[in-house]
Parts: sequence; C-alpha cells; structure tokens
Amino acid sequence: MNHLDALEAQSVYILREAFNKFDRLGMLWSLGKDSNVMLWLAKKAFFGHVPFPAMFCDTGKKFPEMYAFQDRYAVEWGLNFIKRDCPPIEEIDPTLPPAARSAARKTEALKRLIAELDLQAVIAGIRRDEEATRAKERVFSPRGENAEWDFRDQPPEFWDQFKTDFAPGTHIRVHPLLHWTELDIWLYIQREGIPLVPLYFARDGKRYRSLGDMDITHPVASDADTVAKIIAELRGTRVAERSGRAMDHESEDAFERLRSAGYM
Amino acid sequence: MTTALNQPAPAPAAAAASTDLAPLKLVIVGHVDHGKSTLIGRLLHDTGALPDGKAEAVKAMSDRRGMPMEWAFVLDALQAERDQGITIDTTQIFFKTATRPYVIIDAPGHKEFLKNMVSGAASADAAILVVDAKDGVQEQTRRHGYILHLLGLEQVVVAVNKMDLVDYDQGRFEAVAAEVRAYLISMGIAPVHILPVSARHGDGLAATSDRMPWFKGPPLIAALDDLPAKPLPVDLPLRFPIQDIYKFDDRRILAGRIESGRLTVGDALLFSPTNARARVKSIEAWAIDGPVTSASAGQSIGITLDDQLFVERGHVASHATEPPVETNVFRARIFWLGRAPMEVGRRYKLKLATMEHPVEVQAIERVIEVGDLSERPADRIERNEVGEVILRARATLALDPFTDNPKLGRFVLIDGYDMAGGGLVSMEGFPDQRQRTAPTSQNITAVEHRVTTDARWSANGHKSGILWLTGLSGAGKSTLAVELEQALFRKGWQAYVLDGDNIRFGLSADLGFAPEDRAENIRRVGEVAALFARAGVLVITAFISPYREDRDRARAVAPELFHEVHVKADLAICEGRDPKGLYKKARTGEIAEFTGISAPYEEPDSPDLEVDTGALSLQESVARLLGYVEANFGGNGNGR
Repeated sequence: MNHLDALEAQSVYILREAFNKFDRLGMLWSLGKDSNVMLWLAKKAFFGHVPFPAMFCDTGKKFPEMYAFQDRYAVEWGLNFIKRDCPPIEEIDPTLPPAARSAARKTEALKRLIAELDLQAVIAGIRRDEEATRAKERVFSPRGENAEWDFRDQPPEFWDQFKTDFAPGTHIRVHPLLHWTELDIWLYIQREGIPLVPLYFARDGKRYRSLGDMDITHPVASDADTVAKIIAELRGTRVAERSGRAMDHESEDAFERLRSAGYM
Repeated sequence: MTTALNQPAPAPAAAAASTDLAPLKLVIVGHVDHGKSTLIGRLLHDTGALPDGKAEAVKAMSDRRGMPMEWAFVLDALQAERDQGITIDTTQIFFKTATRPYVIIDAPGHKEFLKNMVSGAASADAAILVVDAKDGVQEQTRRHGYILHLLGLEQVVVAVNKMDLVDYDQGRFEAVAAEVRAYLISMGIAPVHILPVSARHGDGLAATSDRMPWFKGPPLIAALDDLPAKPLPVDLPLRFPIQDIYKFDDRRILAGRIESGRLTVGDALLFSPTNARARVKSIEAWAIDGPVTSASAGQSIGITLDDQLFVERGHVASHATEPPVETNVFRARIFWLGRAPMEVGRRYKLKLATMEHPVEVQAIERVIEVGDLSERPADRIERNEVGEVILRARATLALDPFTDNPKLGRFVLIDGYDMAGGGLVSMEGFPDQRQRTAPTSQNITAVEHRVTTDARWSANGHKSGILWLTGLSGAGKSTLAVELEQALFRKGWQAYVLDGDNIRFGLSADLGFAPEDRAENIRRVGEVAALFARAGVLVITAFISPYREDRDRARAVAPELFHEVHVKADLAICEGRDPKGLYKKARTGEIAEFTGISAPYEEPDSPDLEVDTGALSLQESVARLLGYVEANFGGNGNGR
C-alpha cells in the first residue's frame, strides 16, 4: 500500500462511518479541489454512488468558471445537489473584520441549511495542514446548538473510534480529508484524473491555489498550467496555501473567531 | 547566543521522491514546560518547513509580548493558548527532512488534558519524550511514558532539553539519562536514543552541537530519520470487521476495512460470532482498472459472497483456521477519561472495531499508580487513572487479546454521549467460548434456505421472534404465555409456547436441575426457539432461566430476534401462589436447588419488557404483553 492508497483507505473508512452512523447527513461541495476529491472518495466508498446530498451555500460572488463547473458535474456525477443562497451581509456580525464578515455569510447559510434538512452531520473537506486552528480539529467534531466549536473542550478521538453519540440539537462535522496535505491532494488528483475548476491552472502568469469569493480571493504568481507542474511548484514553495484568502489574515485571531462560530 | 532569525532558514528538503512516502507520525510528549512546543517550532524552522514570513510573524508576536524569540508560538496559534502559555490540544504539523516526511503531533503537558495526548499518541509511529535537563523526570514524564507503553508505542527517542540551562554539562545529562532510562525499562520500553538538546538555541537538532563535544550520538533529526515506520499487520490472521452492508444496486456489498491479514477472492470466510460461513465471490471497487482479486491490512474494501448469509455491522470475518476469540467476559487494562469515575456495576457502551455492545463492569481488580507502577485495590477508577477490570457483555463478542492482535484487542467505552475511556483486552483466566457453540461434528455444512425470514414475515403479516419470559416459579410465566398465545392465535398470528415442564418431558428428559443441567436445558431451548422464530413463528418461552449467562447465551443464538421479558413478582407472592406446591417441597428440603429458596435467581438488568404480576391483574398483564408484541412484531417487516 503506498501513501496515497493509505490516505484513500482512511478517508473511505471515515465516510462509511459517517454514513452508517447518521441518517441525515450532507456533504459540503464548495467546488474547490478538496471537495472534488472528497466527492470522488465518496464514490470510491459507496461504489459509484453518493448516497447523501451535495450541498452548496452560494454567496453569489463565486467565479463564473465555478458555477459552470457546478452545473456540469452536479449532473455528470449524479449528485443530489442542494443549493441555498447566503443571507445578505447586513445580517452578519458587524464587529468582524470585512473579509471575515463576508465569509461568515456562509456560516449563517449553513446553519439555516442544517436546520432546514434537520442534519445530524455535515461532511466538510478541511485539512490540518491548511491553517493552524484546523490543525487542532477532530475527524468527528461536535458543534453546539448554535453550530459553535468549543476548541477548548474537544472529545477524545483515537483508534478510529469517533464521536457518534451526541445530544439533540447539536451536530457533528465530519472531516474525511483532515489528514491530507495540499500536495497529497494534487498527487491524488493526478493519479485519479479528477476534474477541477480551470482557475487552478496558470494563465498569464497567475493561478489560484485556493478558491473562494471573487472579492476576497487573490491569485498567486505561477506558470504551472498542468497538474504535474503544480505538483513540482508545491514541492518547492514555502508560501502558505491560504495566503490568498483575505479573511485569514485580518488579525491574529480572525479565522479562529470565524471557526469558533461555526465556519468550516 | 544565536536566535533563529540570525540563521538563514535552510531551503526545503529537496528530495522530490521523499514526499510520496507515507509520513512518519511522531508524537511529542513530556512534562508541562519541559519545552515540547519550543522543540517543535525549532524543528520546523531547522527543516525549512515554515512558510515564508512565519518566523518573522513569531518574532513580532514575541516582541509584542515583551518576550525573547518564542518558538512555541509557531504552534500555539490559538489566542487562548498564547495567553496561557501552554498548549491546550493536539496539533498536527507536517514537515520533511531529506530522508522522508513527518507529521508531528504535539501533545499537551497539562495533566487534565490526557485525552488530547491519547488522541495524538494513539496513531503515532514513534514518540519523542522531552525531559528538562534541570528538572529531570517529573510526574507527567512518567505518566506519558506509561501511556505510550499502554498504547503499544515502542519506538521512543528521549530528548533531554534545555541543556543551555545546565551549561551543556555532561554529568547532568548522564544523570537525567540514567533516570529516564531506568523508568522506561521498568515498563518494558527500551529507548532508541537519549539525546542532549537545546531547542531554544537549536543545539543537537539538525547537527551535532559544538557546545557538547562530549556527546558522540547523532543529532535529533538524524536519529528520527533512522526510525522505521510501524508496519501494517499483513502477516497476522485475517480480521475483516463488517462496517456496513450496501444495496445501492443489484450487488449486496459487505464493506469494511481489513484490520489485519489478507483476503483473496474464493477464500472461505467464517463470520463471528454467528459462525456463518461463505466464500468471497468478488472484491468490488469503483474507478479501478481490471478486477481486484486480493486485498490486505489497511485497505477499505467491499466484498460480495457466494451465499446470502445474515451478516451485519460488527460481525468479524476471518479464515476458519484462525478465528478470533468468542466471549462475553474478559479482562481489560483501562485508562479512564470520563468525568464520572468508572465503578463496579456501571454499564457502558463498548466500541471495538465496528462492533458496539453494552457491557457491565463486573469487577475492578486494581488501580495502577503510574508514578511508581505500584498497585492498589479500588472500587472505582477516577479520571486520568489506569486500572485493571473485568467487563461482561450480554452478547457474545468476537475479539482478540491485545498482545495477539492489537486491532481487535482494543476498545473504547462510551458513557452517555461521551467517550469515557480506552482499554486493552486480556483473556487471562477466561476460556474462549467458541467451542460451546461450535458443532462437535466435523462434516456438516449449513444449508441456506431459499425462503428468507423476511419472505415468511411478508406471508404471515407479522414479524417473528422470541419472547423470552423469565422469572421465579409462580410469577405467572406459563399462565401469561398460554393466554398470549391464544390471543395472538385468534388474531391470525403464528405463535407457539415453549414451556419449561413440557420441554423437560421430552427434549430435556435426560437433564436434572444442577446448574450445568439448567444451562444445557436453556441452551437447547434457545436453539429450538431460534429455529421456530426463523420459521416465522412468534415463540413464547416460559422458563425460570435463573442465570443471566444462560439467558445471554440463548439470546446469542439469534440476538436480532430475542426479546427478554421479566415476569416479576416478589418471592413472598410467588410462594403464596405456589400453584404446583413446589415451594412447600423446597422449604421442607424435598426439592434441592430450588430457585429463590436454595438456588439463586439473577434478575435481568435491562429487560426489553417488565411485567409486574404482583401489581397488575392477569388481564392487565396480558394487555401489556399484547401491546408490546404489536409494537415490535406488527407489520410485515418491509418497512425496515
């Protein structure tokens, strides 16, 4: 078993645990590379099927290429696709810095979606190597009645025994990609031939390493226009993956506040 | 004195091929303030793993707080931690050397955060135990060392840190090294290396330090690069715990992860604890070229069988020659994380591989003081303590002693909503119960019915099962059973009573009332009841069945069909009724070993239904039973 096989086997195990334990389960499909890998792994786990809804909280500010991708693959992959609009910025905590406030629209939309579908668990494609607060996450991570994350008192998690018992009104975030790195994701995309939004590939000396809303996501300088070139580029870089995501950098704790309040 | 910012960060380890290797998972443990986070921050810097600008950001953070360069801030990314100055949770950080990639798990040193340390250390390939050169071995040094031992982590590298605070003194290092080595060896851990370092100043990490020319061993990073990864248990006997059964299309796929051993298409599998057998017809996969013909430990797979057996989550497939142990009672070494202590008589949910069962703490044998490994008797195990206990389940469990197969030999206990502890299985002093149910005859093969139980339920218009009435003689079991049978028959149900005395006239005519005869009688009744139930009949049994273990064994024959009903009445009431004049004979000694008088009756702990015939009239009691039957067996089962 090579490294990618081991990563895949672990993610498949996690997805199957979630599917077995939660009757009302949904997967967040942000259209980014990680969530496409996650959908691919679901099809591996369930033998070509995705037996829960793929959910998308639309800020209305995604790149046109992302919406085109969504239209195509929601059909091609046979997804039960559920899309909801995010509430307007005026409804969001005004004390947050501007980019974080903008991103928090998604948290609010997700809370409403969880209530609407009465979800017990939400599968999200975050990774430990992305960002420091995500590094502290559990694979099965409980959220309070208001979707908040109590990072000071997380449940124990070992021997692949996950938290599957929880009080009514609370829910579990399931993180099947937590143990992957950005490079792992690209190596797997290369091996499996997983389709992606074309914005990841360099055009005119720039590409996106991480995709979010148009107004708070910035490209990096790059000539990598194929998966192989991106892998070569990542092997040499020391620039953080989310350096182009404004909401992470507004203050020391901006992203931690977002996540404590229920952001992915 | 050097601060890290004066040193240029080395380029990222170039070796392209190394990034395709599985990373070595490294847990870093040790007493609070012995410098774990600082060591990690420094390791990241010295291996070039920090993103551009991070070292400068840490410097700025340190300056803002009026501190010298504080490497611990690299990891302590959360606001709360920076303010408290201690790490509060497990953090995983990736870095690579020229040899291979690593994942470091930073485990907290604060005592009450044991759960986070276990969460980190359980998945590690190796550990760095950090010990302060000035303080030497402290309480959490010992505690963490013991947890590493409990988790089966054998590769331990000891970093004697803060050598700068003892002037890089060889004598002090050797004294601390001897102290640590002695403790680890007393637990059976032989440390791979004991190394002097100063994380703050970078001595002894990437290169040997010229401040410690007396030390002839390798620097820390070279020592880590020498550690082998933990091998997957491909050469142990096959254990394939069923995780789920999928019927998304015309395939019936048994999904799960191979925990140990190998599996090949065509293999004959034995499922425990049902003892059902079938062959692997195919290994299913999606988006893979060509058919998959075999799989091994670590792989998450799906298989189809040549035979449509009753299999469900929690059953364990193995090869017939090397099956897991079957038992409902076992010994375990426990580390307790629960807010409420573990106590004798308490029930918890056990999760072992994919199986879940309620278990009861039958006994707490001892608590182990991890500081000096002394033992003391106790009736409870408090949070953060380690102890040895005996656990009893109702159901038969398929498991392995931890020393034979760690994957099937470890479990967690759930108290309410929370994971309250972990444990390792030992079968010392307990027999494998497999032979009790395994047929003595060798040349027999189970025939699979073409008519399924589901089909029988559809035809009958109700589900079948076993209503197991247990209670004292005179409690009203037989009376209730025949009343219920008659009421159900009038409604058009297939129902049949198996009564104690009737069975003893025939099937069990060779048995008396000694405990082993009672056990055999109940075993026979359990088997017959399961046959009736599988034939679509609702079986009502009326037996005193005084021993919990015997009832549990009857349940184990067909656990999915078994419903325990406690027909309850005080001994005084039963003796007052004495319909067969038996109590009178027992009192005079004419009957020996009479339940309630001269033999014990073990009440059910949590029966599916309790009917108190001391408080309810006969009509009320029958109505109670009928209500239960309609709620649980009504409908044809298609709605499941």
